[in-house]
Order: sequence, then structure tokens, then C-alpha cells
Amino acid sequence: MPVLSGFLWLISYWLIGEVVIHFTALPISSGVIGMLLLCATLAVRGRVPTSIAAAAQPLIALLAMLIMPGVVGVFFIIGELAGQWTAILIALVLGTLLSVFTTLWLLKRLIGQPYVR
Amino acid sequence: MSAEASLLTLLTTTPLFAVGLTLAAYLLGSGLFQRLKRPSWLPAILIAALLLAGALALIGLPYATYQQGATWLTVLLGPATVALGMPLYQQLPRIVELWRPLAICLPVAATLAAFYSLAIAWLLGSSDTILASIAAKSVTAPIAIGITEQLGGTVALLLGALLVTGVITIPCVSLAARWLDIDDDRLIGFALGLNGHAIGTVRAFELSPTAGAFASLGMSLTGIFTAVLLPLAWRLVGMGS
Repeated sequence: MPVLSGFLWLISYWLIGEVVIHFTALPISSGVIGMLLLCATLAVRGRVPTSIAAAAQPLIALLAMLIMPGVVGVFFIIGELAGQWTAILIALVLGTLLSVFTTLWLLKRLIGQPYVR
Repeated sequence: MSAEASLLTLLTTTPLFAVGLTLAAYLLGSGLFQRLKRPSWLPAILIAALLLAGALALIGLPYATYQQGATWLTVLLGPATVALGMPLYQQLPRIVELWRPLAICLPVAATLAAFYSLAIAWLLGSSDTILASIAAKSVTAPIAIGITEQLGGTVALLLGALLVTGVITIPCVSLAARWLDIDDDRLIGFALGLNGHAIGTVRAFELSPTAGAFASLGMSLTGIFTAVLLPLAWRLVGMGS
């Protein structure tokens, strides 16, 4: 069962992340620590074991579904913030537009030459 | 207690009801998204979330009850985040190639991602609590929740800000890429992950594996950078006191 052993690897890395956070008090989530550790391990081994690929691929494909339950929560706090929403929405939409433009402009200036696919 | 109410109570004693509801909304949302020819202004996740919210309101299931059952799904977010280490490794050579421009761009762009919205909200007279709730708007949910609690914001509002930011990032990136004449999946992916966290990253994986890997990189670096510096900056400006 390569999927199961791959899944066990992913869970173990996440748990290691929890332990690291407990001892270092880093303000980072254990998922991110686990992700960096997994990437480092794969880099050391020089290849992706089939078990990890078998577990990671379907999970990545499901990422959108996994964040859905949290996302739905916003529709249930709309009433609590009546009157404030316009300001919040303008700030988020305009701020994101500006920051996306800045990011891409900066990257283009810094990287310059086009990428050949 | 009426017959329907007791039936609902019966069904919600098992988390399978919430899980089934989520799966159904997700599949329906994805199906509709394909039917509508994949519009960039209406991502599949927004369609699915609207369907799910509508269904909850229709059957009168309180969000807290639903959320409790859905924990059976959301607990997988942990290993799924770890799984992102795989595409990150696979794209490592391309990332190493670009480490210098990315290292210069990240602090500036991640700071501005928070700053622009905070400045606009402050100018429009938003309260300190609202500012604290939207400050982590470009950070992936598990990290952003921690930051927001540290700043003294509302987590529910933060999740709303994350949704709006993630969804709006997608058309913003296509617009900006067209304006600036950028056709490089690495740049587009990095911008999607940096600004649009998990929602942007999901979109980037739809474009190409390269875009997806750069988005995961942008998302995790922004998360780490913001988690370390935002609480410090907050204290310096004197907001936390």
C-alpha cells in the first residue's frame, strides 16, 4: 500500500513540525515546517519515492476542497459587520490589485528575460 | 421538536453529514465551473462555497455544527500543506536559478501586500480590530490565524478577508500580466501564491506544475516572512497596546 505509507510520511512530517514549534516557539505553522522538511529530505535523497508521490498528488488536488469549510464561515459573519463592509471590501480589492501589480512589475524588472517553455 | 428538526439532529450526530455536504458542494461547484468554461473571475471554490452556504441556510444547520463535522476534512489540511514540499522539490532547480531576484522581491512585495490594504482601510476609518483582522490577508490560513490572534483581530473576519483576497487575486494577476506583457508561468505563479495564498496556489496548479511550484514557494515564503515581521511591526507602530 504505497498510498498509506506515503500518507504516514506526510503525517509524520507534520507532527515533527508540531514538535519543532513546541520547542522553538516559532510563529510558523507546522504544515509549513513539514513542507520545508519534506522538500529538504527529497533533495537529499535526490528523487521522489513512489509512496510519497501517491499520497501527495491527490492531497494537493483536494486542497481547494479542504479550505472550503473555513471559507464558508464568512457568509455567516456578514450581519455582524454591517456598515463596515464597504470599507473592508474597498481596502481588500484595491490593496490586492495594487500589490499584484507591484509584485509582477518588480519580478519583471528583476528577472527581465522571458522564459522559454 | 418538529419531525424535520429531529431528523436534522439525527443526521448531524455523525460528521459524515457535514463531510458529504462538503463533497457534494465541491463536486457540483467544480462541475458548474467546467460548464461555465472556467471563468477567471469566478473560481470553482467560490461557486462551491456559495452552494454550501446556501445549503446550510436552507436546511437551517448552524455553521458551528457544520464546522465541527467538517473537522474530519479540514484536519487533512496539515498533511496537504506538507505535501506541497513535493512540487517544491521538483521545481527546485528552476527556483535556485532565480533565488536572487526572488529574495529581493519577496520582502518588498509581502510587506506591500499587507501595507496597501491596511493603509486604505485606515484612511477609510476602519477600527483597530478590523485592521488587525485583515492584516494577514495574503497569508495562508493556518499561519494567518496564528498571526491574527497575536494582533488581536477577529478570526472569522480574517477568513472572510482571505476569501476575498484569494478570489480577487486571480483576475488581478491575469489583468496585471496582460498589462505588463508577462507570459512567464514562474512569475505568474509566484505572484499568485504571494498575494492569493492557497486559493491563488490552487489556481496556479490549474495553469501548470511550474506555476504551481512557484506559487507554493511564494505562499510559504510570504507566510513565514509575515509571521515573523508583522507582529513586530505592529508593536512598533503602537497598534497592539
